[in-house]
Amino acid sequence: MPSPVTLITGTRKGIGRSLAERYVGLGHAVIGCSRSEPEWTLDGYTHQIADVADEKAARKIVSSIRKAHGRLDNLINNAGIAMMNHSLLTPASAVRDVLETNVLGTFVFCREAAKLMKKNSFGRIVNFSTVAVPMRLEGEAAYVASKAAVVSLTQVLAREFAEYGITVNAVGPTPVQTDLIGAVPAEKIDALLARQAIGRLGTLDDVANAVDFFIRPESGFITGQVLYLGGVG
Amino acid sequence: MSDQRNEAQEIVGLNELIIECVNDVREQNDIAPGADISPDARLFGREGMFESLALVNLITSLEEAIEDKFDVAISLADERAMSQNRSPYRTIAALAEYAAELIAEQR
Ligand SMILES: NC(=O)c1ccc[n+]([C@@H]2O[C@H](COP(=O)([O-])OP(=O)(O)OC[C@H]3O[C@@H](n4cnc5c(N)ncnc54)[C@H](OP(=O)(O)O)[C@@H]3O)[C@@H](O)[C@H]2O)c1
Repeated sequence: MPSPVTLITGTRKGIGRSLAERYVGLGHAVIGCSRSEPEWTLDGYTHQIADVADEKAARKIVSSIRKAHGRLDNLINNAGIAMMNHSLLTPASAVRDVLETNVLGTFVFCREAAKLMKKNSFGRIVNFSTVAVPMRLEGEAAYVASKAAVVSLTQVLAREFAEYGITVNAVGPTPVQTDLIGAVPAEKIDALLARQAIGRLGTLDDVANAVDFFIRPESGFITGQVLYLGGVG
Repeated sequence: MSDQRNEAQEIVGLNELIIECVNDVREQNDIAPGADISPDARLFGREGMFESLALVNLITSLEEAIEDKFDVAISLADERAMSQNRSPYRTIAALAEYAAELIAEQR
């Protein structure tokens, strides 16, 4: 079997970087993107500078994958931004940014990837939501709304893409120690962890394990599902 | 003048490309070949050749064919897709014109 071709968005740092390293280690050809240049490189990994909300950029990335590999097996829509702010203090421009990266970015990458996956009648798409959705986490209205939209997209696209052999699922991590939550006060994180069934921070491996499960060839009968970590939801 | 001629040639080329894709999709979807396809042939809707899933296949294979032939990556997605009168997919000629516009934009 040829090595899997895996596209991961938002690989400069955090969860995206760790997933890129993981799947390169497992022998995948990995293509990643972010808005700025990463400070790392890896054999078997190709980086492209792109904003996920730019639909033309998404089209170009998938087109370059078609030319280089002729197929795409996995898409991991990891790129995301968060905003923690009381809604009464949140400007519309910030809401727009969050929706563009998290919702629009996920949508256009799903769309472009599915076109290439469909040729092979096989594909695995994993989107990123968060436990903040079922927790209805106050102080993150725009972020939570954007990640709830990711859940809906996942569920509908699972149906639209089923006939092409493409599954679409989502992971909903708990807080994981990355820059994304760097600005959140410790008491706030502790309060959040206390609402989980298992009250600890998630690790990069916890997230990777859920992604592994969805992209396994054996997971072909699993689609439209959201896997929340830490016993939430 | 020469720009106009190039554009006209491009449209003819696109018409041919679309007809090739139409024939491929008809074959893949077991749609019986009808009479010769003309640029005014309706692609979907009343008396159209395709239902919506076959139309999706046509559009995605056309995007790929355009990418290979013209070396530009365009997305033919359009919110007017399902409109009977305004859809850029309503006929082969309309689709060729729409694709030519997007290709020009990319260049
Ligand atoms: N960490 C957590 O606690 C947590 C919890 C639940 C869910 N999640 C989700 O997990 C995913 C990854 O989060 P993380 O913690 O790894 O965040 P992070 O450390 O802040 O990293 C975000 C990554 O996404 C890239 N990115 C952001 N916006 C982008 C855009 N518009 N276009 C392209 N790339 C973009 C960033 O690179 P550039 O800045 O160079 O673009 C960076 O590589 C996100 O979807 C997040 O919502 C995280």
